[in-house]
Amino acid sequence: MRIERALPILTVTLLLFVIWYLACIPMNAVLTTPKIQAAGGGLFNTLALSWNEGRPVLPSPHQVLREVWNTTALVAPWSIKSLLWHLWVTLSSTLVGFVIGGFLGVVLAIGIVHVGSLDKSLMPWIIASQTIPILAIAPMLIVVLGKTGLPAIITKASISAYLCFFPVTIGMVKGLRSPDVIALDLMRTYHASAWQTLLKLRLPASVPFLFASLKVSVAIALTGAIVAELPTGAVAGIGARLLNGSYYGNTLQIWAALFVAAFAVATLVWALGLFERISLARMGEKP
Amino acid sequence: MMRAFTTFFMALLVAYGVSQGFSGVNPFKGMDWFLALCFVVVGWVVAWALSWIVDLATPRHVSRFLVPTIFGLGVVLAWEVFVRVSHIAVVLLPAPSQIAAKFLSSLPTLGADFVQTFVRAVIPGWLIGCGAGFLTGLACDRNDFLRRGLLPFGNLVAALPIVGVAPILVMWFGFDWPSKAAMVVVMTFFPMLINTLTGLNASGHMERDLMKSYGASWWTTLRNLRLPAAMPFVFNALKINSTLAMIGAIVAEFFGTPIVGMGFRMSTEVGRQGLDMVWAEILVAALTGSTFYGLLTMIERSVTFWHPSYRR
Repeated sequence: MRIERALPILTVTLLLFVIWYLACIPMNAVLTTPKIQAAGGGLFNTLALSWNEGRPVLPSPHQVLREVWNTTALVAPWSIKSLLWHLWVTLSSTLVGFVIGGFLGVVLAIGIVHVGSLDKSLMPWIIASQTIPILAIAPMLIVVLGKTGLPAIITKASISAYLCFFPVTIGMVKGLRSPDVIALDLMRTYHASAWQTLLKLRLPASVPFLFASLKVSVAIALTGAIVAELPTGAVAGIGARLLNGSYYGNTLQIWAALFVAAFAVATLVWALGLFERISLARMGEKP
Repeated sequence: MMRAFTTFFMALLVAYGVSQGFSGVNPFKGMDWFLALCFVVVGWVVAWALSWIVDLATPRHVSRFLVPTIFGLGVVLAWEVFVRVSHIAVVLLPAPSQIAAKFLSSLPTLGADFVQTFVRAVIPGWLIGCGAGFLTGLACDRNDFLRRGLLPFGNLVAALPIVGVAPILVMWFGFDWPSKAAMVVVMTFFPMLINTLTGLNASGHMERDLMKSYGASWWTTLRNLRLPAAMPFVFNALKINSTLAMIGAIVAEFFGTPIVGMGFRMSTEVGRQGLDMVWAEILVAALTGSTFYGLLTMIERSVTFWHPSYRR
């Protein structure tokens, strides 16, 4: 059973690595052709030089992994050369924004579910707010907010928060409205107040929706934090590493930063999934 | 009704108070951001209370359109009044009227940026990315091995910060629009793939069994049953992608571009403190994004007219 599930994934992953390695040869040809000819041609020289080019157009996987290893394990975590330090800079503002955005999203959803006019006046604008490419205007917001003298982490977190609150609001509105009419009627026969209904019926019913939204949110929160770092002049953070790498044509640095960011997101989503399983189990859901 | 009116007038009063606090700037120096935040909150409450009143005073089918409109107008009005009263610096927040003036006076520039970013990068990238995602979805549906291999991968990639690929793509495809279109392709591919696959499995067992008992081939089943059933999901992806495409194209421009394009204009005008131009560009982006989205919603309505969510 496990083999059956793992086999296709492994095949596709392997295929991607093969394509990646093969793609390195033509992509780096501009740089490597003279070197290969100088070394006397041959298959071995072609492969060795294409996969170990110093400033490659497309670095090979093992080069990326080596760069990640060099910048995480071999330097002190608090030095500016360490990728872990840059990751922490990005991750801290991501998490602050995630908490603010998640909280705002839940509060808005509770308001929307309970106040009819809030639903009508706010909901269309919440949806409209997401058709605006906020991520694209994020750098401008950062510069403007930066002029107001707020600490940098708050300005970055505000972008993450803005991106976060939408999935949470939408998911929580759905979740808070998910209890059956029968259950709501039961609460009414108990003469429960709106507050009691919220605490004892609506909120527990919305937990699965909340976690589904939070997983989406944490991913876009990190994206938001990375984009928010672009205009500050490449000082610190994953976004700064990307910008720095693109200024100096240092592809290895870009790829390493991307890999670390991807790993961080995967870890965060996995942690949320774990938390979800634990809390659902404690609430009595059968696996 | 009484409560709505009371909230409205209280909020107006507080708004007046806050703006007065702003006009006597000196004691509040350095507290600008806090007062601005207060004002945003208060202005929002004013607009909300106003729409509350309208909601109570008008019949339902009217208020459905009137309430959001009044709410939006109220926010813009509060913004304008706030900027006028507080004499806030233009580099922080230009008034809506200033933005509108800038918008009208620089139409040719905005038009050129629009063509460069939207017509040259977003549209082709969106078409290619969605098309490729859809076709891959079909292929995955045909071949179960491929589906089980690609779907977890697609789910993973959908969670990754894909905008980070932008500098690499700019390096590969050059500064002009092809790199931006490539960015849009990369961003739109996976949402389309995942939604197509979900949609193709959305038709019920009964209907599929019926098709099987008719002896219908894979293609016939696809055309007559499963594609129509998948359409709500496909349109969902198309709509998500319309926003993602705008983001991808504009963000890719931050990493290198010729001297035209919406992302380029925003980043340079921020540097030159021309905030009114930036806001005019945001207005263009918002209008384009909303129109794109609205068009897709209209097409969706006519294609998936049978869907329960459109029942009255």
